[in-house]
Amino acid sequence: MEIDRPDGRTPDQLRPLACSCSVLHRAHGSSSWAQGETKVLAAVYGPKAGTKKNENPEKASIEVIWKPKTGQIGKVEKEYEMILKKTLESICIRTIYPNTTTSVIVQASFVLSIGNVACYVLNDDGAVSYLKLLPCAINAACAALVDAGIPLKHLAVAICCSVTDSGSILLDPTKDEEEKLKARANLVFPNAIVSVLPDRSLQVGSEPMAHGIMTSVTQGAMSANDYLHCLERGRAASARLSEFLRKNIGLKSTSEGSKAG
Amino acid sequence: MGLPNASEDLSSEMEVDAFRRLFPLRYFERHLAESIRPDGRPLGKSRETSIFLGAVSTANGSALVKIGSTTMLTAIKMEVMTPSLESPDEGCLAVDFFMPPICSPIVRPGRPAEASPVVSKQLSDTISRHVFSRMIDLKELSLVSGKAAWMTYLDIYCLDADGALFDAALLSAVAALSHLRIPAVTMNDDGKIVLVSDEDGQNQAQEPVNKEKRKLTLRSIPFSLTCILHKNYIMADPTAEEESIFETHLTTVLDTSGQLISLYKPGGSVLAYTSAIQDCVALTRQRVKELKGLLEKENSAMEV
Repeated sequence: MEIDRPDGRTPDQLRPLACSCSVLHRAHGSSSWAQGETKVLAAVYGPKAGTKKNENPEKASIEVIWKPKTGQIGKVEKEYEMILKKTLESICIRTIYPNTTTSVIVQASFVLSIGNVACYVLNDDGAVSYLKLLPCAINAACAALVDAGIPLKHLAVAICCSVTDSGSILLDPTKDEEEKLKARANLVFPNAIVSVLPDRSLQVGSEPMAHGIMTSVTQGAMSANDYLHCLERGRAASARLSEFLRKNIGLKSTSEGSKAG
Repeated sequence: MGLPNASEDLSSEMEVDAFRRLFPLRYFERHLAESIRPDGRPLGKSRETSIFLGAVSTANGSALVKIGSTTMLTAIKMEVMTPSLESPDEGCLAVDFFMPPICSPIVRPGRPAEASPVVSKQLSDTISRHVFSRMIDLKELSLVSGKAAWMTYLDIYCLDADGALFDAALLSAVAALSHLRIPAVTMNDDGKIVLVSDEDGQNQAQEPVNKEKRKLTLRSIPFSLTCILHKNYIMADPTAEEESIFETHLTTVLDTSGQLISLYKPGGSVLAYTSAIQDCVALTRQRVKELKGLLEKENSAMEV
């Protein structure tokens, strides 16, 4: 690929990832997830007794509260709350704690304090149109759910793919790159299950389970083929992402309290 | 279309209606196995769709759309405004979506429906985000560069919510935009833009500022189709009942030039594989053809 990215990455290269779990001590589970300068903090409380109105009491329900960097929540945040809720509900084993609600609170671009100097870093680089926060939020929420010990079927990994005018695909674009792009797709893939079951049991039809998409949100116009290319490239990168996620959440069980970064 | 008899459950001894309410999932699966849906449609078929242009006489453009019993009313009102400094030769389009309590038993008075901000956001993403929009050129909404432009309020009211809200809302929005007639305006002696009214003899003498461009050019029109994914089945254009039973929805938006505008799947327990996505896109392509024909027919009927 001859496209040069301003930060010297290859088209398939993600920005540096950082993930740490149990960052908040009052929450039942929490994690922070950073991709380059985009940072999201997620906290999980629950399961608490009872479900809200219009929820099915025979299943555990999940409530998502999105806290923006500044100001009140609007339509965009409401939509993200809905997407997160539906995505997380599909990875939880919801029959285990019926009639309970688990709250997931997502704070976009949180305040970092480094050393004794309270350094208020409020970054959402790459989130010029906000859409970029969604993959980070999903990854953070997923790690926080694991941290809280909520039973999950599998993990979810989210990734942002973008299509340039020439039809080539860049993964995880930054703010500067975003302006030149014609379309973007946020995709969420299930994490491949590491299990003792024979490989066949994870196949659905002709495709392995990890090839299905859980969530897809797109913006801009592209051809259907571009989208399928995005899927392919996203899938490949999601394998690396899920490896990273698995490694980071695994840390907690072996050495309690060790935090990456 | 009777239920096939089976011995393993109660369905053979129970009234159909009771079975439907008690075991909705199994009731639907029985139908799906026979490749039919309880309302008699094949899986990939949408409900009957109708477009009625000019439903609101006081609006500059309006449309009433029905997909099955889902009903959407869209009205467009235009006002003259001063354009912003960043885009002096562009007008503005504001999309709003309302779900009043009459539309569904789920919506309670006083508290906004959960679905409403989501549909609203999706709509404005599809129609009016000017970075991405390929449908309208906002420059067409300009009157005098830097001085006056059209502020266009596009309001969509959901009158009956019976599934596939986004599809119906988008269809009614584009229908209303295709029906839109931009009012004639003229500049008065103070340099202000005023509407030309038919009775006002004084103004009629003056040349309207926007004589020729009285209709918006819609470059490529987006149409959408929502599908339900359940196991290997794909059900197009779900009703509210189907939407509440199956949790995996996938909305595809294609425009008339065949570009994919949006592929929207907010979670859900069923994973979408490449083959399913291709099937949904193919179904939507068919639907786009259907809706385009319908809209063109209505528009040419208006001209006559």
